[in-house]
Amino acid sequence: MPDAHLKVFRGSPGTEGRFDEFDVPVEEGMVVLDALHWIQGHAAPDLAVRWNCKAAKCGSCGAEVDGRPSLTCKTRLSDFDLEQPITVEPMRAFPLIRDLVTDVSWNYEVNKTIAPFTPPDDVPQEDWRWQQEDVERVQEYRKCIECFLCQDVCHVLRNHETERPFMGPRFLVRTAGLEMHPIDQADRREYLKDSGGIGYCNITKCCTEVCPEHIKITDNAIIPLKERVADKYYDPIQWVWDRVRGGRSGGAKAGMELPMLHGSPPPDQAPD
Amino acid sequence: MLQAPPTKTQVRPHDVLVIGAGGAGLRAAIEAKIAGADVGLVCKSLLGKAHTVMAEGGVAAAMAHVAAADTWQIHFRDTMVGGKLLNNPRMAQLHAMEAPDRVRELEYWGAVFDRTADGRILQRPFGGHSHPRLAHVGDRTGLEMIRTLQDRAVALGIQVYMECTVTKLVTGHAGVSGAVGYWRTTGQPISFPARAVVLATGGIGKAYEVTSNSWEYSGDGQALAYEAGAELIDMEFVQFHPTGMVWPPGVRGLLVTEAVRGEGGILRNKDGQRFMWSYLPDERRDEYAATDEEAAQWVEALSSGQETAARRPPELSTRDNVARAIYTEVKEGRGSPHGGVFLDISYLPPETVRRKLPSMYEQFKELADVDITTGPMEVGPTTHYVMGGIKVDADTGRTAVAGLYAAGEVAGGMHGANRLGGNSLSDLLVFGARTGAAAAAFAADAAEPYMDPVQVQTAVGALGAPLERDEGDDPYAIQRDLQDLMQRLVGIFRLESDLDDALSGLAELRRRWATARASGGRTYNPGWNLVFELDHLLTVSEAIARSARQRTESRGAHSRLDYPATDDAHWGALNTVISRGLDGSMSVATAALPPMSDDLRGLLRSGDH
Repeated sequence: MPDAHLKVFRGSPGTEGRFDEFDVPVEEGMVVLDALHWIQGHAAPDLAVRWNCKAAKCGSCGAEVDGRPSLTCKTRLSDFDLEQPITVEPMRAFPLIRDLVTDVSWNYEVNKTIAPFTPPDDVPQEDWRWQQEDVERVQEYRKCIECFLCQDVCHVLRNHETERPFMGPRFLVRTAGLEMHPIDQADRREYLKDSGGIGYCNITKCCTEVCPEHIKITDNAIIPLKERVADKYYDPIQWVWDRVRGGRSGGAKAGMELPMLHGSPPPDQAPD
Repeated sequence: MLQAPPTKTQVRPHDVLVIGAGGAGLRAAIEAKIAGADVGLVCKSLLGKAHTVMAEGGVAAAMAHVAAADTWQIHFRDTMVGGKLLNNPRMAQLHAMEAPDRVRELEYWGAVFDRTADGRILQRPFGGHSHPRLAHVGDRTGLEMIRTLQDRAVALGIQVYMECTVTKLVTGHAGVSGAVGYWRTTGQPISFPARAVVLATGGIGKAYEVTSNSWEYSGDGQALAYEAGAELIDMEFVQFHPTGMVWPPGVRGLLVTEAVRGEGGILRNKDGQRFMWSYLPDERRDEYAATDEEAAQWVEALSSGQETAARRPPELSTRDNVARAIYTEVKEGRGSPHGGVFLDISYLPPETVRRKLPSMYEQFKELADVDITTGPMEVGPTTHYVMGGIKVDADTGRTAVAGLYAAGEVAGGMHGANRLGGNSLSDLLVFGARTGAAAAAFAADAAEPYMDPVQVQTAVGALGAPLERDEGDDPYAIQRDLQDLMQRLVGIFRLESDLDDALSGLAELRRRWATARASGGRTYNPGWNLVFELDHLLTVSEAIARSARQRTESRGAHSRLDYPATDDAHWGALNTVISRGLDGSMSVATAALPPMSDDLRGLLRSGDH
């Protein structure tokens, strides 16, 4: 089998980035992460790569392979024309740490602002009975492995183009999993609208396309949440009803502001 | 590096420091926080990526949702029988009694398990369990658990140190006083003074070439505890999971969940023989189906949600037994093209397979071009789990070092000589919670920790040393040689002469390690990080080899070619014990198993199912 030719981004913030080139011997069934490990073990021991399970279950090894946000552990070399170089770059939406590793801590800060699961006070747990078909939609959201590829590809986050924060597809999926849980009692619609910036999503579905878990992010999570928000704020009957009832409020953890994602993308040096 | 790396040591004191943020560490941190302690949680990776995320099949708890006859007493007996009676009986008892509450608690915190027809948490069968007992979410149970615990920890406001490697524990005359490590993202040293420390670092799989474990599984907690003066018990018992992927090469060792067999998967050799019929131990033969027809009836009843009198298929024998069977089939020339055997679930309707085993379906389709709904998988044994570990008090997780606690895979005793599938997830919940509570209680009464500056300085100095050497061995080369050695000489079948060779080989690797050189800088440097992990891997590898040499019998996951019999008269009630001598050398001894109460002993004899 011929060697694969990889062009791998190297660099740190404040330094001039570059693409180092490596010829990697190819075995059958090899994935891009295998090639990166070969490089670490034989050519560049300090190549920074974040990974854990190597089985597409932990979501650590996201990078941009030939420009496409991908899990490197499930991106097969056999899907590429090995006559051509394969370019591997870090996720561009997040600040660079070094080489292929980016600072994704912003995501963890966003997560803290979402009101947690809120079970009812008046229904004892022994009486929680749900049918499988009732939980399957929630289980779809909970398949998320937090690879943040959807955040990376989302143009709202990637281009840093909004003045107010946007939580991004990953946390819309997480919120959907809470909002549509059979017995959750919290109402996160105000949070979604005002803090989460759900209105910024203009449903281009790029997130759905890159999701390695095949979660239908736009259709099954974001659009239903947008409808719920619209019902609350823009449906006059619902608006009056909420006023009469007093409404369930909140949805954000008290006193927590959603932070902005500030990018520091690596130097924009095209792989020649 | 152009900019000067931050080298000033950061100091972050806590009442309770939890090292490791998989299921056990998260559960311990939650319980300690609820008890009022100020908790710090340190993990080598990002939060939510720990190895628990890879657990697939389910969490074992006798909730009796599927088989009304199931009880904690039967779960206790199954666990002890699976562990060849070498388990700490008190741990096995607490585990069986408390697992149902710990699982229900996850649901209360937002976990969404698969459901029975009457709307309760569904349970599936697994090897060695008398009844369907594993609460699950398809075949991604670990993800559901870790995300639920992670969300709970976030809601409680626990301080998390992500991508932070701990390299040393600091001790004093009053016991443990904290830990030293460094931030992987900057290379900056960090010191954690702590009144109590909980080790929850998981296993040791990276000592072997073929493993289902990620890079994080480098025996950190076992080695840290050993160096601090705690004992390691039963380190010879390393679980080789029977079914890992064998092809393609890049995924060799990747786990194929036991749930495939739990849902009816059949093992065959290249001649099409269902070989597990010939490997069932005589004394347990009557627990398994007698014919293909009876096994098929059992699978049929399972998929229609009915209870049945049919007994379980032979593939649901315990892991140690199935792993040896597959190894033997391959060794005797009846293996599959890539050196495994065939595991077939494709006789079930495709939509059933995709619904019950979605991530296995994806894993084989995407990584091996195999559609498991239309044809068999190829599988073989893979290093998966270590039953042995830090010796702890059953009720509290306390080690021999005051203030030092351990929970989950890093602790020994719970699983004896062989762990049943599903019992690790329940283990980490039950003992994570107990240990977190005990550590918080200890911390509440403990004095301000005194961090011996000499130990801290030595640990910080050791961090920089591999980067400052001009020459020395590449850590990746040392790791390759270590994995090759352990795979060849301390694998499924062991022999005294091999173990002697292993020990001398390990001594040579230790010499090479002492002058290992990491190139590059301090920022997110994986080669540099590997040097510290190799330190721990070399310690646990020596502990495994010494314990394996000591135990001159075969029991559970420990198979000696030169001592093939199980020697109950001599070894039936003895743990092997590893400790650090005054001169720093490793010594191995034996100690009597903790005694079993008459009540518990009675449970082992009762034959009701």
